[in-house]
Amino acid sequence: MEDVAIIGASMTRFGQRDAWIRELLAEAGQACLEDAGMSADAVDHLYVSNMASGEFEGQTGVPNALAHDLQAVPAYTARIDQTSSSGGAGIYAAWQSVASGASEVTLLVGGEKMTHRTTAEATDVIASLTHPCEYKHGLTLPSFAGLTARLYLDTYDAPRESLGKVAVKNHRNGVDNPHAQFRKEVDLETVLDSPIVADPLRLYDFCPITDGSAALLFCPVSVAEEHADEYVRVSGIGGATDTHVVHERADPTTMRGVVESSDRAYEMADLSPDDVDVAELHDMFTILEFLQFEDLGFAEKGEGWRAIESGRTERDGELPINTSGGLKSKGHPLGASGVAQAYEIVQQLRGDAGKRQVDADVGLACNVGGFGNCVTTAILEGVDA
Amino acid sequence: MSDERADERSESTNGAGGEPTRDDAPAFEAARYPDGSITYPAHPVGPDGEAPVGTVDLNEHTAEVITWTTSTATPPGVREPNHVAIVEFDVDGEPVRAIGQVTTGDVDIGDEVEPVYCDQLRDPAAGIREPASQEWDGFRFRPVE
Repeated sequence: MEDVAIIGASMTRFGQRDAWIRELLAEAGQACLEDAGMSADAVDHLYVSNMASGEFEGQTGVPNALAHDLQAVPAYTARIDQTSSSGGAGIYAAWQSVASGASEVTLLVGGEKMTHRTTAEATDVIASLTHPCEYKHGLTLPSFAGLTARLYLDTYDAPRESLGKVAVKNHRNGVDNPHAQFRKEVDLETVLDSPIVADPLRLYDFCPITDGSAALLFCPVSVAEEHADEYVRVSGIGGATDTHVVHERADPTTMRGVVESSDRAYEMADLSPDDVDVAELHDMFTILEFLQFEDLGFAEKGEGWRAIESGRTERDGELPINTSGGLKSKGHPLGASGVAQAYEIVQQLRGDAGKRQVDADVGLACNVGGFGNCVTTAILEGVDA
Repeated sequence: MSDERADERSESTNGAGGEPTRDDAPAFEAARYPDGSITYPAHPVGPDGEAPVGTVDLNEHTAEVITWTTSTATPPGVREPNHVAIVEFDVDGEPVRAIGQVTTGDVDIGDEVEPVYCDQLRDPAAGIREPASQEWDGFRFRPVE
C-alpha cells in the first residue's frame, strides 16, 4: 500500500455566493491544481463530495461536469455523498484510490450551494437523511442537538455558558480567516440572549447555511518527494457509522462513529490523542465540539466542557480546536466542510495559516454526517521533502 | 385497554395538533427479537442479527422522558413550536426507546408520559419527502397526570 501525500489545497470564500454549484467546484478545483503546480491532465481520479446538488439546485452529474470544466477528461469521476460528512468520505476515497495504486493523482473537490433556499427548506433537505419514524415527527438536525445538549448538561452538570463559550471562541478564530462566512466576534451575553432554536440551544449555537467549495490534491509520497519542497502526509484515516435511528443509541451523548473512526486513524498513524497538536472538529452545533473532544480521546466522558472553561482549546491553548473558526464561524456548505477542515490543517502544517498559525506537526480533522451517523477522522503530518 | 382509555389516548391531526377523536388508536408497534430485545422502529434484523419473532404494542405502556427539546425553527409542514422527546419504555424489564412529538412543552427529564395517537403528525405535502413513501400518523407523548 502506498503512503499518501496531499500536495495541493484550496478553498473558496464561504458565505452567500452568487456562483452556483458548478462554478463553486471549478473555482476550488482550479485553485488547488495551481497550488500544487499540477495540470488537469495529470488527474487520474476526480471525486466530488456533495450531499444534495440535485435537491438544492436541480443539478446532478456534477463530477462529470467538473471534469469537463477543468479539462480533466478522461479522468475517472465519482460523487461522494455521505451527507454532512461527504467531505471526510471524499478524503477517505481519495486516500484509498492512491494508496491502492488505482490512481497516481487524485483531485478531491467538495462543495454545496445552499443559500438560495430558505432556512426552512434547507433544514428539510438536510433532515431528509432521517429515518421515517423521525421525519414524520418533524425531527431536524438542530432538534437532535437540542435533545443531546439538554441530556449532556443534565448528566454531567455542565454549565449552559460553556456551550456559549464555544461559539465565542470559534467566532474569534474566524475573524482571522479570510475565507470565513462570519468574521466578527460575538460576546457571551449576545450568544446567551439570542433566540431559542432548539431549547436549550440558541441561534449562536448553530452554524449558518453556506455556499462554498474546497479542494485537495493527493498523490503517493514518492511522487510528492519529487514534486514538492514540503507536503502533508495522510498518516491515519478511519471511517465508521453509528445507528441511523438516533434514539436507539445506548448513550446519546457518545458518538460511537467518532470513537471507532478515530481509533482506526490513531492505530494506522501509530499515534495517540496526546500527539495531536491542532484539530478541526465538526461544530455544526456547539454541543458537538464537546462530544467529539471526548470521543476523540482528548478528555474523559463528561469532562470535555472543562476544556473551554480552562482555555485549553483556545488558539493559544494546549490543544487549539477549530482555528479556522469551525463550521460555526467559517460556515457549513455540507459537501465542502470536511475538505475545508483538512484545508485548515494543511495550512497549519505548512505554516501558511497567517494570524491563525499555531505550532503544529500533527493535525486531526473529524467530519460528522447526520447526527453522528457517519464519521471520518483523518490525521495529517507535515513533511519537509 | 378499555375503549374509554383508547378514546382518551388518540388525537387528530394536522401539524398543529387537533381535537381528540373517538377512533380507536392502532398499535404503537415495536419488534421483538429472538434474544428478547425490542426495538422501535422494527428492523429487518435485530441486535442479535435475527429477524423479528413478534411485536409489542407500546401503546399499552407508559414511558420515562430521557431528554426533550422545543424546536422553534421547523421545516415546512411541521407545527411550530415542535416539542419532541426521546422516551424509554420498560416492557417487562426490557428497555425500549422511542422518539416523537410531545403534547406540551411543560415536561422534564424523568417525567412519565403516555402515547397519544395522532393521525397526521406533519403535512405530507409540504416537505421534501415523497408523501407515498412513508406513513404520517403516529404517537405523541403526553405527561401522565
